Amino acid sequence: MPLHLYMLRRILLAVPLIIGISLVAFIIGNLVPSDPTAANLGERAAADPDIVAAFRAKWGLDQPLHTQYLTYLGNLLQGDLGTSIRTRRPIADDLARYLPATIELATAGIAVALIAGVAFGVISAVWRNHPIDFIVRILSLIGVSAPVFWLALVALLVLYLRLRVLPGPGRLDAVLSAPPTVTGMYTVDSLLAGRWDLFGNAFSHLILPALVLGAYSAGLITRMTRSSMLEVLSLDYMNTARSKGLKERSVIIRHGLRNALMPVVTVIGLSYGNLLSGAVLTETIFAWGGIGRYAYDAARSLDFPAIMGVSMLVALVFVVTNLIVDMLYYVLDPRIRTKEA
Amino acid sequence: MLKTLRFYAARNPLMVVGVIVCIFWLLVSFAAQWIAPYDPLKQDVVIRLQPPTAEHSLGTDQLGRDVLARVMYGGRISLPAGLMVIIVSMAIGTVVGAVAGYLGGFWDELLMRSTEVFMAFPSIVLAMAIAAALGPSVMNAVVAMVLVWWPNYARVVRSLVVSVKSNEYVEAARAVGASEAHILWRTILPNCIAPAVVMATLDIGNAILLFAGLSFLGLGAEPSAPEWGRMVADGIDYFDQWWLSTFPGLAIFTVVMAFNFIGDGLRDLADPRTRKLR
Repeated sequence: MPLHLYMLRRILLAVPLIIGISLVAFIIGNLVPSDPTAANLGERAAADPDIVAAFRAKWGLDQPLHTQYLTYLGNLLQGDLGTSIRTRRPIADDLARYLPATIELATAGIAVALIAGVAFGVISAVWRNHPIDFIVRILSLIGVSAPVFWLALVALLVLYLRLRVLPGPGRLDAVLSAPPTVTGMYTVDSLLAGRWDLFGNAFSHLILPALVLGAYSAGLITRMTRSSMLEVLSLDYMNTARSKGLKERSVIIRHGLRNALMPVVTVIGLSYGNLLSGAVLTETIFAWGGIGRYAYDAARSLDFPAIMGVSMLVALVFVVTNLIVDMLYYVLDPRIRTKEA
Repeated sequence: MLKTLRFYAARNPLMVVGVIVCIFWLLVSFAAQWIAPYDPLKQDVVIRLQPPTAEHSLGTDQLGRDVLARVMYGGRISLPAGLMVIIVSMAIGTVVGAVAGYLGGFWDELLMRSTEVFMAFPSIVLAMAIAAALGPSVMNAVVAMVLVWWPNYARVVRSLVVSVKSNEYVEAARAVGASEAHILWRTILPNCIAPAVVMATLDIGNAILLFAGLSFLGLGAEPSAPEWGRMVADGIDYFDQWWLSTFPGLAIFTVVMAFNFIGDGLRDLADPRTRKLR
């Protein structure tokens, strides 16, 4: 199956998925026995039946449930995620405002996880049972076992408060003002504005949260790469490659790693969920104004439209991530091209 | 029996370490009321925020409560919560996955598509929404986690059932006139349980981590409860008093690590291929 047909099929399969997600989000938002009226009106206002009725009418809470859902779905198709009860701004605007910070952080986190994970995994497999292997295995276990919020605190305590080598929470030093918004990612925007000083500052603020966020996935990817590499290294074609007189480096990377990467790609797709929950915790601790922080604030004030908006956005990211993973399979594994997917 | 055990222990020392650490924490949590040096809720502001001393070996927190006592009691909330999430998720996932895999066709498609919906759901956002809406409590956090956790088991059990159901002994059971229910629950499922249990063991650590994360955000255990994630959160406001969050964090860390050791060990025992590769 050629790539574009393969992708088209995947994209079509994603449509019912997204509708299902919107339905579940909607049902959960409405099943919970708490009333957004009480949570968002003051105590005085909530006691006044006229105000309550007006509030319910304004937000469409007096309509039957299936009407509410269809309205929601219809608006969704037009890119309208509704209005946040808490911030009183369109949720799409809110998300657009907070998303860049999360993308910046998550990209840095994934980069850390991928680079460290694959490199450590390969090193560990090639030097199996060597002290280096032992150290890497311990490190990867620490990565998957340490609570991300605790890691963040310990890192802040040591690297910021004691040693003063890295800045504390926030995306920039408090005295600096953000670069002119183009992408919303401070590191990129400061470069676009040619402000190297700002870039340096934004980058140094990014290091610690990215390391903390990437730690779990790095551990996971290291473990996966190692075991997958070990399996591949023991196969006959590795010896064939060596006997052809190829350099050991090229044997390991071109023949070994490429074949070992398949399960790793799967893990990357799966670790997205961990990355997201990690982002909520990391953003909370590092005062990083991203989606995770926004979701947390929304949840605390029972702002269901906002929570549904975040859910939809994240689900969309999930679908896109998996599309990319599928595409990587296609590129990495020629067998898929001939198989009926 | 003892010989086999020794044999496996020698091959897999990390698993032994994991079992020992787990038993240690289970015993400490179970016996906390007898061995804890102080009442974990007893406040004494005169001695607040004391660094580790002879009387309070892990120091005291912002209300003068003994950190060691609170860490000891902490396992009473985190461990059962993590275990419960896994057990309930596994039960739901096994039923859904077994039915989907066995029936196949339309039901399989429908059930598996719905697991995808739940898997795409941002687990922590959903958990936050539920915990925030129903009020923060251990039970609500567990419910929220189960909701996003069961699909993993449904998918694994389904694929196991699909592969087991083509075996000849299933055909044999059908030939001797066993009912459909009997074939599924008594013939097929027992052959699928081992891999699911291995997966569950590897997962307990993750469940404990997410639960602690929810508690850390204030969406799990109630504020004054001695719960590890909660205690780490308390330490945020008292950065210089490092002992507040360091010790409960270490408790979570060691427990999760121990479960990971055990899970790894079980997986190696179940799959001789990975054992050979060690």
